[in-house]
Amino acid sequence: MSHVLLEKTDHLSDTIYKYQKGKHVMATPSSLVLRSDLGFEAGKREAILDTWDRQIADGKVTVRLNAEVTGIAGQSGAFALTLKDGSTIDAEAVVLAIGTQGNPNLLKLPGAELPHVQYQLDDPTAYVDEHITVIGSGDAGIENALGLAADAAQGNIVTILNRGTEFARAKGANVKLLEEAEADGRIFVRRETSPLEVREREIVLETRDGQQAIRCDRIIARTGSQPPRAFIEGCGVEFTSADRAAFPKLSPSFETTQAGIHVIGALAGYPLIKHCMNQGYDVIEFLDGNTGLKPADEPILAEKFAGLPGRHTVDEWLEIFRTRVIILQELSPLQMRELMLDSTVHAYARGEVIFTRNEPGSSMFAIAEGSVLVEVDPDDPSVTVPIETGSIFGEVGLISGRKRGSTIRAAEPTVVVEFSRLAALKLLATAPSANRAVNRISIERQVLQIFGAGLTPADIADLVEEAEVVSVPAGEVVIEEGAEDKDIYIVRVGSMVVEKDLGGKPVFLSYLPAGSYFGEMAVIDGSKRSASVRAAIKSEVIRFPGEAFNALLDAKPEIRERALADMASRREINDFIESRKASFGGAVDMYSQTAQFLVDNGLGEATDVLLIDEQLCVGCDNCEKACADSHDGLSRLDREAGRTYAHLHVPTSCRHCEHPHCMADCPPNAIHRGPDGEVVIDETCIGCGNCQRNCPYGVIRMDAKPPAKPGLLSWLLFGAGPGPGEASYAWRKRKAAEAGESAKLAIKCDMCSGIEGGPACVRACPTGAAIRVSPERFLTVARLEEEVD
Amino acid sequence: MASLFSRREGSAHAEIEERRSATHESFLSHRAYFWARVSGFLSLFVVLTYVLVDVEPRHNGGSWYGYTLGTVGAGLIVWLSWLGVRKRRPTPGSWSLKGWTSAHVYLGMSLVVIGTMHTGFQLGWNVHTLAWVLMMLVILSGAYGITVYATLPQALSENRREMTREQMIESLATIDRQLEAAAQPLARKDADMVIATLEQDVFAAGIIARFRGPGGRDATRRALDHISTDRAYDDDADDLAQQKVRALLGKRAAQIDQIRRQMQIKALLEVWLYIHVPLTIALLAALTAHVVSVFYYW
Repeated sequence: MSHVLLEKTDHLSDTIYKYQKGKHVMATPSSLVLRSDLGFEAGKREAILDTWDRQIADGKVTVRLNAEVTGIAGQSGAFALTLKDGSTIDAEAVVLAIGTQGNPNLLKLPGAELPHVQYQLDDPTAYVDEHITVIGSGDAGIENALGLAADAAQGNIVTILNRGTEFARAKGANVKLLEEAEADGRIFVRRETSPLEVREREIVLETRDGQQAIRCDRIIARTGSQPPRAFIEGCGVEFTSADRAAFPKLSPSFETTQAGIHVIGALAGYPLIKHCMNQGYDVIEFLDGNTGLKPADEPILAEKFAGLPGRHTVDEWLEIFRTRVIILQELSPLQMRELMLDSTVHAYARGEVIFTRNEPGSSMFAIAEGSVLVEVDPDDPSVTVPIETGSIFGEVGLISGRKRGSTIRAAEPTVVVEFSRLAALKLLATAPSANRAVNRISIERQVLQIFGAGLTPADIADLVEEAEVVSVPAGEVVIEEGAEDKDIYIVRVGSMVVEKDLGGKPVFLSYLPAGSYFGEMAVIDGSKRSASVRAAIKSEVIRFPGEAFNALLDAKPEIRERALADMASRREINDFIESRKASFGGAVDMYSQTAQFLVDNGLGEATDVLLIDEQLCVGCDNCEKACADSHDGLSRLDREAGRTYAHLHVPTSCRHCEHPHCMADCPPNAIHRGPDGEVVIDETCIGCGNCQRNCPYGVIRMDAKPPAKPGLLSWLLFGAGPGPGEASYAWRKRKAAEAGESAKLAIKCDMCSGIEGGPACVRACPTGAAIRVSPERFLTVARLEEEVD
Repeated sequence: MASLFSRREGSAHAEIEERRSATHESFLSHRAYFWARVSGFLSLFVVLTYVLVDVEPRHNGGSWYGYTLGTVGAGLIVWLSWLGVRKRRPTPGSWSLKGWTSAHVYLGMSLVVIGTMHTGFQLGWNVHTLAWVLMMLVILSGAYGITVYATLPQALSENRREMTREQMIESLATIDRQLEAAAQPLARKDADMVIATLEQDVFAAGIIARFRGPGGRDATRRALDHISTDRAYDDDADDLAQQKVRALLGKRAAQIDQIRRQMQIKALLEVWLYIHVPLTIALLAALTAHVVSVFYYW
């Protein structure tokens, strides 16, 4: 086949080339067979690059380096590719495997095209005696500015601009170095400043106090990068949506909407190396006329579907799922395959339990055949509500991140598809109709679940119709004490705190996790709002108009009774605080402030968090040592680091968030929620470090598992080895050099999952300072009573 | 109050919750002072029986009563020493080190009664009395330990002000870098004081200094005194540079004080273990000698 491999840089495999030297590259998913003729197995960066370079040379692949494509024109069979150096290449078909990197955001200002504006800094020592302005408050910008100002002898005057006042997007360590450099006068940091115009030797700035021009010989703009979407759309390729994260629309043979142009790899939505290599192989086979080729994932899907009744082929099953399940109807066959790779299918006999109430779980299910029954009343399993073929269930766990609300059984022989959390979220993001359907169903179910037995979907149809999902930024007030509004809310995502104003100070009343409702008092008895409710973290609430709710209560007196009973207990809290206020004013303040401190430190989205009472902690670090000795010799918590308020310390340790930030972008989908609600990283981790960067609490570390230590008694008696706890870095490094190094992988607290007795940090605390708590148990007024008594 | 959000929980998950949420009690009040009560009753029982049981010719370690107390005491000593191993071995299982510490503390105290009653107050210059003396010293050092564990953590927390050890050292290094830059415009003599400050090895202090804590005279304070009080600086042309150096020297002194206070409290929290543990080992040796010799000369 006549071909040419075009490469922008002067070497092949640029992404891996740019990896840090000696980095261990993983080859996942391990179940996927490699089809490509190029070899690939897990190993060091150098070995992989070597193999590829050698095999490319042996295979007589036509390669053209330093050939950046700036445009593709023409139609299938007659494309013309323009290169940066002006030459053109004719092609019948084009395969884009360009990934999503290397396309910096350009400045959009007058003068941005001037030659002294650059978007990259290769060598900070190359510039002397210049006035340099760095635009961008992320890590790249800060690191560039620090590099340029590092050696005073270079005589550069470096200014960094920040639109806001904080460097929130950058790593703490970088911000600290920048602030030091500012204190030393090595770098000028201009906050609340944005660039207006670039001129020769000058830049005009918009500051808080008006416009200002400063001298500037060079501008380094580091304002992030985008997938090269404009370029691809320029070739006539359509994307699935306008969303930033959208991918090009593709056929099963990876062909885009522009016939003849194919997209594979990260740009097609497959960030793993092995996927991309297989797709490259497939595309070339298709182009070569091998149209009967089955996708590489065929055997994986065949195995997944093997346990299902009825002898259907993989394609038949995919078609069954797509046509029967409402939320899948929009998907293309390629999307179906991808979705099914991250999903599982199950067949259940009549009466079999699919999941039970209070089980942790964040996956969503769809019924492809048969139907299921939901046990809505926890005390009486015979009270059930059916869900029919084509519908979904389990969506509450997916949306709220909380435990399952009810037990679900198969009503007849049933086939269900279980979408993992990631697959389900991807589906909702790419298929708007699926998103709408799930939203409506979830609102309906949440209402049914909260108001309990005796309601049917028909009863609440009007209420659901008028419901509205509102997103609430952290700290925003949803209900204001004393206000006259009458709406009712359900917390759908995130959590709320309830506060009452006493003597000018907000007093913390309670914490409302996702799934709770609030605002019903004012509707039922027509009073003013008795307390304020505001979002503890970024949340979503469902708002129902009070009238619609009242109409429901009028029609169903037993629901009114339940609501009144609930109201009584909330009233009790109010009265309790009011009555005690006089006798322990100071304690109430203290309690409110402590609660606020904990919410600020991530308890609002936590499911289980380690706290240390510093009135008891003697600093022996036995918690860290026990953690290390229970988990491969590495501690997953840092006792000393973290914030403290009123002797309550929140150490650097996983909070097991309801919606874990770490799960957001895990290429091998290795982060899961375990049976006890713990968030764990499994052995398919490829060590990419995304989770570490995404965690706002800094609780994930990247480290290699150290070799085993000598036993405790040989240390105790003969001083062999480093002793209990995490071995020093020097010891680990020395031993690893002897035993052969292993890859650095992400490690984090798994709540000692699978270890009898539970978390070792708490069990190993000699004084009782370390405790693990869940926020709804900890943030209650009951604590106030305990503290005072 | 908890009724508001209580959800009826499946029993398996309720059990997990139960196991995980360690009740917020200190090792002293663990399980509503369970071990304090056990230890109190045990001691009372021993004292009462000592008074009531008539042993001929008089109470001593060799009577049936003495042997009983001796066996109980020796068993306790061995079990109490095992805490050192338990603490360092986080094996699976539903044990709690807090529970162990609580039992260790209270049962250890009861040894004063058990051990002493075992002697029948027959003390002398021999290996038997050596074991008793060592036991009393171990208990005494332990009592010190209980006192500091109960009183010092709060001070440790307050002094730390959310900083880790590394951050304290880093902060000092940062101040030093800024001080070096800021001292450039100073006059020779002032600059020499600052250089002396920077050259001072903050940590070459020794054991005595660790216990002395903050507030000591050192190069930083000397420089601070020299630059801030020895002159009328209103009419000084270099005043700006001096003010900066003065502020930095003040920050440095405060930072050193924080580090020294941290080291002092940690030293007070740990020092007793350097007596408690070696004495325990000596006690185990003396106890062995005592038991062997008793049976040898039966």
